[in-house]
Amino acid sequence: MCAASSPVAGRDGLAVLDAEEIRRSLTRIAHEILERTHGGDEVILLGIPTRGVPLACRLAARIAEFEKLVVPCGSLDVTLHRDDLRLHPARALGRTELPADGVDGKTVVLVDDVLYSGRTVRAALDALNDLGRPRAVQLAVLVDRGHRELPIRADYVGKNLPTSQREVVHVLLAEVDGQDAVMIGEKEGQP
Amino acid sequence: MKRHLISAADLSRADALLILDTAEELAQLADRPIKKLPTLRGRTVVNLFYEDSTRTRISFEAAAKRLSADVINFSAKGSSVAKGESLKDTALTLEAMGADAVVIRHPASGAAHRLAGWVQGSVLNAGDGTHEHPTQALLDAFTIRRRLTGGRRGAGLDGLRVTIVGDVLHSRVARSNVLLLSTLGAEVTLAAPPTLLPLAVGSWPCAVSYDLDSELPKSDVVMMLRVQQERMSAAYFPSVREYSRRYGLDAARMARLPDHAIVMHPGPMNRGVEIAAEVADSARSTIVEQVANGVTTRMAVLYLLLGGTEFPAVTQ
Repeated sequence: MCAASSPVAGRDGLAVLDAEEIRRSLTRIAHEILERTHGGDEVILLGIPTRGVPLACRLAARIAEFEKLVVPCGSLDVTLHRDDLRLHPARALGRTELPADGVDGKTVVLVDDVLYSGRTVRAALDALNDLGRPRAVQLAVLVDRGHRELPIRADYVGKNLPTSQREVVHVLLAEVDGQDAVMIGEKEGQP
Repeated sequence: MKRHLISAADLSRADALLILDTAEELAQLADRPIKKLPTLRGRTVVNLFYEDSTRTRISFEAAAKRLSADVINFSAKGSSVAKGESLKDTALTLEAMGADAVVIRHPASGAAHRLAGWVQGSVLNAGDGTHEHPTQALLDAFTIRRRLTGGRRGAGLDGLRVTIVGDVLHSRVARSNVLLLSTLGAEVTLAAPPTLLPLAVGSWPCAVSYDLDSELPKSDVVMMLRVQQERMSAAYFPSVREYSRRYGLDAARMARLPDHAIVMHPGPMNRGVEIAAEVADSARSTIVEQVANGVTTRMAVLYLLLGGTEFPAVTQ
């Protein structure tokens, strides 16, 4: 993706969150998860590939640091449940890795980088439905950029980012992209 | 990926790896309480079988159903084919019924290729005469990768030595496997009596040997082929017993294999001819695993051919 050395104004546009701000957002979300789930008991963090997965692992690491509590984290690929499959060539599948105990009776926190139309989250809810019956499902996102097309909202938000639909939001994470940043830019092919 | 799957030669290394990686993810489905995905809802897959088949037809049917496609099974027996209907007319009938994919098995080599010119949907070759059987090669490659390299994503079969033994002349499985496994980097050797090798075998991307015993100690995979008596119009070997002595895999021959080596067979087996019962039932044999992997691999192919737009472009 982006190999820009400076996170301030790379090829993807303007940086709206830097590494330090992402770190603070995740720390706050980790505390909020502990608070809202009464200490994080029976919680599972499931990241949505690609960038939701490292975010879920980071949240789990922070919770372990704060509360000495091991919260299982995994990944949930939603490709086969998407509603836009017929609009694109067939895509390669991501990984689905569930904690050994499964999801039955647990509080599942879905983790993704950007919340936009809400269609990915809908697909994730469908995918989860085939895997078991969680006690509750919550949603944590690093960036909520608005423009929802479905009645879905996040329980934990790193940053609310008002955007126009002509813009694109890129979340860069060290595990995938070599650096941490949230960039906002114009869609390619738009004036 | 192309629109059809007619020949293993149509698959580039990237295409083949994409299919294997997709199959690796879909394999998890077998352990889940609900073994079904909504991906191909509203699509119709026709199984058009002009030849007898147990595992391939059931495997394609299970694969399509697990992806929520509607399946229509057509077998030549008991249909208008018995009244003399041609393949083309049958194809046009299926076309009119709105088939999104046609899985065809036919005794004539090239039938799948001809069909692809007549119908709009995707054509999947499930065996045409003595030509090709690409999904069998894919499930064999998937089985080899899982057993010998741990099924790591993106991994090929580089450097693995595969020996394919027996009736290569009548085997579509052998041809597809030679093409696909060599694309994936494996070194393939055919071990067979000279009478059971095709004339043009010199142009295939593989080595040829007439002596099975000298190949066994250096093989990572031994793939036994069925002696296809129903396709044999002449005497290719003096007697079944002599064939079995020289090219059959029994316990003594299996003992010459390296410890990690696996024994494969596409089925159906002639126990006691090309493979001894004790070998077929041993821990090295992947024969039952191959059947399970067949469903997963065919799901991957159906998803990649039908899951996207009507004309899926180049993958990555």
